[in-house]
Amino acid sequence: MSDEKNHIVPYRVYAFVLAALVVLTLLSIAITGYDLGKYTVAGALIFAVVKSFLVLTYFMHLKYDKPYIKIMVGFVFAILVVTIVVTFLDYLYR
Amino acid sequence: MEKVTHAPHDHYDAEASKIGMWLFIFTELLLFGILFVIYSVYRYLNHDAFHLAAADLDTFTGAVNTLILLVSSMTIAMSVTALQKKNKPLTLSLNGITFVIGVVFLVNKYFEWGAKFDHGIFPGSATLAETLSQGEILFFGLYFIMTGLHALHIIIGLVFIAVVMWKVAKGKVHAERSALLENSGLYWHLVDIIWIFLFPLFYLIV
Amino acid sequence: MQSTNAVNQANYLEYRGRFKGLFGWIFSTDHKRIGLLYLYSMAVMFSVGVLLGLAMKLELLAPGKTIMDAQDYNATFTVHGVIMIFMVVVPGLPAVFGNFLLPIMIGAKDVAFPKLNLLSWWFYVAGVFLVLAALLFGPGTPDTGWTFYAPYSFKTGTNMLPAIFGAFILGFSSILTGLNFLVTIHRMRCPGLKWSKLSLFVWTLYGTAWIQLLATPVVGITLVLVALERLFGVGIFDPALGGDPILYQHLFWIYSHPAVYIMILPAMGAISEIIPTFSQKHIFGYKAIIVSTMAIAFVGYLVWGHHMFTAGMSGTAQYYFSLLTFLVAIPSAIKVFNWISTMYKGSINVQTPFYWAVSFIFVFMIGGLSGLVLGALAANIYVHDTAFVVAHFHYIVFGGTGFAFFAAIHYWFPKIFGRMYDKAWANIGWIVFTIGFLTLYSPMFYLGMMGMPRRYYDYLEEFHGGNILSTFGSWILATGFIIIIVNLVRSARRGEKAEMNPWKGKTLEWTVPSPPPVENFDKIPEIAENDGPYNY
Repeated sequence: MSDEKNHIVPYRVYAFVLAALVVLTLLSIAITGYDLGKYTVAGALIFAVVKSFLVLTYFMHLKYDKPYIKIMVGFVFAILVVTIVVTFLDYLYR
Repeated sequence: MEKVTHAPHDHYDAEASKIGMWLFIFTELLLFGILFVIYSVYRYLNHDAFHLAAADLDTFTGAVNTLILLVSSMTIAMSVTALQKKNKPLTLSLNGITFVIGVVFLVNKYFEWGAKFDHGIFPGSATLAETLSQGEILFFGLYFIMTGLHALHIIIGLVFIAVVMWKVAKGKVHAERSALLENSGLYWHLVDIIWIFLFPLFYLIV
Repeated sequence: MQSTNAVNQANYLEYRGRFKGLFGWIFSTDHKRIGLLYLYSMAVMFSVGVLLGLAMKLELLAPGKTIMDAQDYNATFTVHGVIMIFMVVVPGLPAVFGNFLLPIMIGAKDVAFPKLNLLSWWFYVAGVFLVLAALLFGPGTPDTGWTFYAPYSFKTGTNMLPAIFGAFILGFSSILTGLNFLVTIHRMRCPGLKWSKLSLFVWTLYGTAWIQLLATPVVGITLVLVALERLFGVGIFDPALGGDPILYQHLFWIYSHPAVYIMILPAMGAISEIIPTFSQKHIFGYKAIIVSTMAIAFVGYLVWGHHMFTAGMSGTAQYYFSLLTFLVAIPSAIKVFNWISTMYKGSINVQTPFYWAVSFIFVFMIGGLSGLVLGALAANIYVHDTAFVVAHFHYIVFGGTGFAFFAAIHYWFPKIFGRMYDKAWANIGWIVFTIGFLTLYSPMFYLGMMGMPRRYYDYLEEFHGGNILSTFGSWILATGFIIIIVNLVRSARRGEKAEMNPWKGKTLEWTVPSPPPVENFDKIPEIAENDGPYNY
């Protein structure tokens, strides 16, 4: 059964992604130098999410894989998010 | 009673192996995800204490570890390309670099933790219980558990990479049979993603 | 579906490969043998759990100490729960019937990762031994209840670590089974077998596998945290150090509620196979059953707080969990309508599996309706931690998964062993067991409403009558269980040889010989466009 596995990702794609990841990391460190109050965590997390998205899409090959794997990954992250949200229904309103 | 022999089947289904690895990764995401839930709850309840305790961590070491782990993710991803291009020496070199970076990461961790232990900060220590507030105790508890579990997964990843390197060297993993290398890469990227989240939540919230 | 008669393979029971005798079984990667390994080990553990249950009922025969004191009673219900939950109903139908039948039902020769399959059984055995070690060695049998609530679970002096570690390993067994089944169903369906033609048991195994995969790690890490708490005093759940015990409960139930769907979905899948066969009629609402199965699997993740209404959560959380709990009952009810509608105007063949299936519907409904009482906030305050809850979950889990398991073992018995069980004794066993079950658990609803707490070895004199009735019920149930087991064991060795399709079923497992050959099929089946399960 053939799939996109035969697609060979060029080295430079990975190099560009690393460059982006390094830049994002340095930015995230810089931004925490500023006091954003309650948005500090959100800011740090947004960088983490973007970096993870790059790792998932390119390093982990999701961009080149069949769609159902992407759907599964999205589903699992959604379940995690929902779990945190529902847990906070308790802690936020005590 | 009959004795039936079968011709050995080659059950190589790369896509099945890949899905299998992704499913295993999902279990790890849930495992660490729950630790993040615990972190979020306690951070919400102990906002200032978490900030205070985080100042004790060395952002520079954390940043170095973050950056080198990202590089190692690139090198292991590149090693798959190298294998597919039938460049065995390059495949082994790239995996080797990944391996070395993983070891350096662990060495950094060892010194980081060592510094903490020297100051009497470790789970269940008297210093923690007597001198720090509850929020700070929780912060350090989570710090040791989460970075410790992460380090354990780095060790597992290193073993995995070593096994794959051996098999590549022996010719058992090659361009037409690359699933094991790709799956080891997936595992390593997972370890990287977990650290991508650990870093800001522990080191950058000052 | 055409029949595939494999004449040039040994059947899987007689096959002799690399290993001889017992080793040929415990080192076998044949999914059918692994299914039976699970069956035998789970039957042993179930029997141990039953004995512990009987001991508890004997203690409760009269107020005050009857045969044991409070500490021993606490240990008994703890081990009873750990065994029944982690070693019997969670592995449940997937470990036995999923392993045995899944590849055959999708036209495959084995699961995707046969060695991983064997490893998951080895993990099961290791988990069992670890938990037993907690009982036999060390400072005393765990006494926390199977729920291991913090802070007691890290403060108790009893031998918690092996039990925790054992439960952790058992979790791994479950995860590996789920992973294997998911890849198998995705990648190994025979040509022409589209998702829309899968048998309903396979669909429920699929939904269940996702829960096994995604929920079990949660309890895994939670148990690790309790162990770390015992060893190092980290503080995560310790109020003295800033931890929140309610957070433990959240994490525990985030797994343990989906776990009950691991228990019940394959049970419902088996019932969905049995009813069409014994009605000789297409299942009513095939698509509705699939959708409701997936809906239960998903919504089941969102209701865990209904185990914690009195623990100290916010009002918002309580309202939310109560609402979702009522919602999740809807897809289950849909299934009951489907089953009954299937029977309507069908050509009913009254056989033992059918008796079990019909009584399953009866007891499961009672259990489910009592769940609505528990899901309502105001009523919950009144019955939480009483015998009412004990009745509820025994009706749902024992009545649900248990009855379905007995239905399934009788249904697939001829396929698995190539012999037919003694039908008269099977029916007698069913009647005695069911009467015992109803006598044992019905009084508990009443006792709970009247205020009798659960997990107490003593009670007020006004509860005495109900408890006597309940304990008698336990003896009747045990008798029924013995009849059933003896019948099955004898019939497996000496029953009449069974034909390929004694029940005139329409799913793929009835197209292979009884018992099946080692590689299931001589020639992998191909499903035509107008072929499908339940095409009566």
